[in-house]
Amino acid sequence: MTTVIKAPGESAAERSGGAGPSGEQSAGRSEGMVLNVFSHGFLVLWAVLIVLPLIWLALGSFKTDAQIGGSALSWPSNWNLDAFGRAWDKGIGDYFANTLIVMVFSVPLTMLLGSMAAYVLARYPFPGNRFVYYFFVSGAMFPVFLALVPLFFMVKRFDMLNTYQGLILVYVAYSMPFTVFFMHSFFRTLPTAVHEAAVIDGASDTRIFFQVMVPMAKPGLISVGIFNVLGQWNQYILPSVLMQPQTGSDPERYLLTQGLIQLQQQQGYETDLPVLFAGVTIAMIPMLVVYLSFQRQIQAGLTSATLK
Amino acid sequence: MSQVVRGRGRTGFIAGFLLAPLALYLTFVIWPYVQTFGYSFTNWTGQSPTFDFVGVDNYSALMKDEVFRGALWNNLLLLVFVPAVTILLALFFAFMVNAGGRGGAGGVQGVAGSRFYKIVYFFPQVLSLAILAVLFGAVYRTDEGGLLNGVLIRLGIVDRMHPIEWLNEPRLVLWCLLLVVVWHGVGFYLVLFSAAMQSVPKDIYEAALLDGAGRAQTFFRVTLPLLWDSVQTSAVYLGIAAMDMFVLVSTMTSGQFGGGPDHHSEVMATVLMRNFLYFGKSGYACAMGVVMLVLTMILSVITLRATRRERIEF
Repeated sequence: MTTVIKAPGESAAERSGGAGPSGEQSAGRSEGMVLNVFSHGFLVLWAVLIVLPLIWLALGSFKTDAQIGGSALSWPSNWNLDAFGRAWDKGIGDYFANTLIVMVFSVPLTMLLGSMAAYVLARYPFPGNRFVYYFFVSGAMFPVFLALVPLFFMVKRFDMLNTYQGLILVYVAYSMPFTVFFMHSFFRTLPTAVHEAAVIDGASDTRIFFQVMVPMAKPGLISVGIFNVLGQWNQYILPSVLMQPQTGSDPERYLLTQGLIQLQQQQGYETDLPVLFAGVTIAMIPMLVVYLSFQRQIQAGLTSATLK
Repeated sequence: MSQVVRGRGRTGFIAGFLLAPLALYLTFVIWPYVQTFGYSFTNWTGQSPTFDFVGVDNYSALMKDEVFRGALWNNLLLLVFVPAVTILLALFFAFMVNAGGRGGAGGVQGVAGSRFYKIVYFFPQVLSLAILAVLFGAVYRTDEGGLLNGVLIRLGIVDRMHPIEWLNEPRLVLWCLLLVVVWHGVGFYLVLFSAAMQSVPKDIYEAALLDGAGRAQTFFRVTLPLLWDSVQTSAVYLGIAAMDMFVLVSTMTSGQFGGGPDHHSEVMATVLMRNFLYFGKSGYACAMGVVMLVLTMILSVITLRATRRERIEF
């Protein structure tokens, strides 16, 4: 890999070195080549360290339990999808569905409420505007579990423990700081001229928001949307406190992350590790697909949000 | 805002748009945080609706709580090492990716395939902590079936009969967890620093090059000062993450809500959760929450102050 990739950089250096390279320049060039090999060495090493454990884990789904306990470096012997089927039956399918049900409502609701608040705060001066904005944004500072104890009883008081709607409302509330923060800066950058034209045409504020501003803010909405999808999909603490069956007869509404941890704990007794590995692989695949399709937006969205 | 927009009274519209978001946010985020403060001065058990006001009893009990003090110490260790290791590695890789390909010619160019590296390195960031917990649980297995032990045994570094008990070894467990955090975070900060590096105008590098600056000099005298803002922000983010650590510790280490072996991987969050959900000492747990909250805020302020530099405009 190193040698193949080095070639273009090398020739580019030669070209721009121009005619009659001085001693200094050629020294620089060979230093560059050494460094190129050096940097690729480290870069490849880290790439391997990222990819290898993930592939190793996925391969574990095709091993037998004895093989997994035996040697880590054994090659899978059991090339069928049995473990995936067993993992699905063990509840991964249901957990997957539960997570989807929650997110189908929580993500759009987060986006809607978050951009409504951000829009008003970004474009309508009123007394207390700054205060409300900082009030919203400050929530991002604190770790979630600091509020867990009272939150648990708050949700309990609404009789919404172990319900989808309870978790959806909590997800929306906890996604608010970031969404408002991000969309606020986005709405500020949109030109006012369009807004004024719409006002002159007699459009109401609500109509301007939905028909003019939201379409214009689409790139921002996509970035925040992806962020919220990732954040809510990966959430573990909130569901593990709020989505526990409250009585023996309560249905189990675990989400995927909870289900995986539960599966891991079960495997301590049941010794069916391929199922656990298959479960994790199933949970990983959607993220891989989403990531590879949107990686530009994901990287750009997360970095710009952090840097601001 | 312009004249046209300011015109009519739009209090109703503003209130209507803020009502639902604010109500949700107040109910489920702000109010619980405020309550944490209140409960921290009570002997509330969490189960019974009644409780007494006990003043600062919970806080003085905290001071004497050996387990909590150990957890605090572990958090402080993580607080130093998580940001330090992650940021150093991320800066190193970011510089490699963005400037490693400079072939003696003017300007700076990234290594070939820099896009590829960024995609691969960033991927752990989209995996849930639950997946990380299962993955690294398997990597750190205490027998030959664990990836680490398996490789080390194959290389002959570790004796097959005495594999390393990564997560059960009191001296190792915290560092094993640290590695997971670093593995997870480096890619994100690499991308963050890359974005910052790329926003630095090329002529600054060219000027440095013309002045005869070497690679190391370029990095320390040009790149790093220009990145200082992002490094500082990253330190705060990583610091906050290091104060948390709940998911990894509670799922990967032994004990009720993790913390084992023998409290060697305990962090404040796991002690808090155990006191709340297992011992039913909710008031006491809330006091821990308040301590963590205060520490987190102090640390953010210190980090921002200590790393403050002249802001460089470019």
